[in-house]
Amino acid sequence: MTNQQLQDLINPWFENLAFTEEATEFLTVTVPKEKLHDLAEKLKSNSKTQFDYLFCETGMDWGEELGVIYHLRSTTHGHEMVVKVTTKDRTTANLDTVCDIWKTAELHEREIHDLFGIKFNNHPNMEVLILPPNWDGYPLRKDYVDEVNMIIR
Amino acid sequence: MDYEAQIKKNQFRTEEYKINMGPQHPATHGVLRLNLTIDGEIIKRVEPDLGYIHRGIEKMCEYDSYPQIIHLTDRMDYLSSHNNNEAVALAIEKALEIEVSDRVKYIRTIVGELTRLASHQLWWGVMGMDLGALTSYFYGFRDREVINDIFEETCGARLTMNYSIPGGIRYDIHKNFVQRVKDFIVHFRSKLPEYDQLLTGNIIFEKRMKGVGILSKEDAISYGVSGPVARASGVKSDIRKIKPYSAFAVQDIDFKEPIYTEGDAYSRYKVRIDEMWESMRIIEQLVDNIPEGNIKEPTKAVIKLPKGEFYQRVETARGELGVYINSDGKKSPYRMKFRSPGFSNLSALEDMAVGSKLGDLVAMMATLDLVVPDIDR
Repeated sequence: MTNQQLQDLINPWFENLAFTEEATEFLTVTVPKEKLHDLAEKLKSNSKTQFDYLFCETGMDWGEELGVIYHLRSTTHGHEMVVKVTTKDRTTANLDTVCDIWKTAELHEREIHDLFGIKFNNHPNMEVLILPPNWDGYPLRKDYVDEVNMIIR
Repeated sequence: MDYEAQIKKNQFRTEEYKINMGPQHPATHGVLRLNLTIDGEIIKRVEPDLGYIHRGIEKMCEYDSYPQIIHLTDRMDYLSSHNNNEAVALAIEKALEIEVSDRVKYIRTIVGELTRLASHQLWWGVMGMDLGALTSYFYGFRDREVINDIFEETCGARLTMNYSIPGGIRYDIHKNFVQRVKDFIVHFRSKLPEYDQLLTGNIIFEKRMKGVGILSKEDAISYGVSGPVARASGVKSDIRKIKPYSAFAVQDIDFKEPIYTEGDAYSRYKVRIDEMWESMRIIEQLVDNIPEGNIKEPTKAVIKLPKGEFYQRVETARGELGVYINSDGKKSPYRMKFRSPGFSNLSALEDMAVGSKLGDLVAMMATLDLVVPDIDR
């Protein structure tokens, strides 16, 4: 399916979906965080979309908002799209997990939890993966400061 | 008699306990730590513990200029260093809308395929060693040395080449390059059958590999595995076919994507052996007709990408490497993410391993071909 056809198909599913194709090659949809899990499930199960392959899950810090970017591909249809979700809450940031839909997300979400401090609800094991257990702060956030280990030019 | 029945008969009382595999274990090939829960010899849980070689490459990128970033990438998957460099260079060229000459594309692809061959040779050698067959190690390294010598002459380095730069390649190929590559192909075409003679048909080897670490097609897709691991489970995932780049986008190169359906360690092994034959075929089709052209397109002294998001994929020896650049128009990216093939492939390890014996875990890890700096980044 082309990006336009995908957009026409997905748009009526939920309210408040924001589509954009600006400055990126993928069709990008920003979804409210309450709808993330429902949308993800539908994107995978719908026979016309069948996004069954989560090939990249990226944590993001946009300054005011934290969020996650999901890059999806369908191994049957070959089309691709991007789902974005954001949260304004920086102290107790939490999003729904998608690891029951795409199993690879389990490890990716643990990495994002370590480095961005986003907690994933319903995740089976939210323990630290990459950082030492007593690490202070979230290194990939933009406001993270480490005067000893970071080289800033 | 199966394990459970044996326990019943002998009235053993068993209990689960935890053991630690790595970070300094010879079969993890780097500093990967696995927390294993086992009952006797049966694996109950596998929990990877990462970060022993985490250098924060994604954070470093946010403070580096784009040409500097290239130097970080070949420290991720150091066995696919050229492919990593190429991925970042292609992403930058995509953002700047630079079209490099066909000469650059051909040279990049030839060097990329040589890198894949060198990586698979090393993998084949150490995989045999992991399973207790030391001879393969010497065979693999003998042939890899020839490729490393070619790299040394043309790129100036044997392992971390930094050969691709934004807009082209750093130097033109050495005058001996074409002849030496051809000589290597002749050499390796006669040596690759030895690999088969030594391991592929070996009954002991087959018993250690067949039916071990099975990953079904559905799970392979759900775990996002790519490269030889996905192909062994019947998933077509070759980026060179799905999203052709460099010479694959210029010329219709005749090569097969080896697909097996068993999903066990043996088919992952077979995929990589087949890939070595296919890589040689690709190089043979390209090496004689490298077109003339510029080796570098002019770029500004300080490279600034336009605002936007850019995603570029290449097929490394381990699978799909994705480079995600989020640019805000400055000389460093706002966010840079590397979707490393090793990280996603590792996520499938627990699914493969649970229920099998501890000794088979080594065969699974060997055929996943994990490179730990690629997982940690």
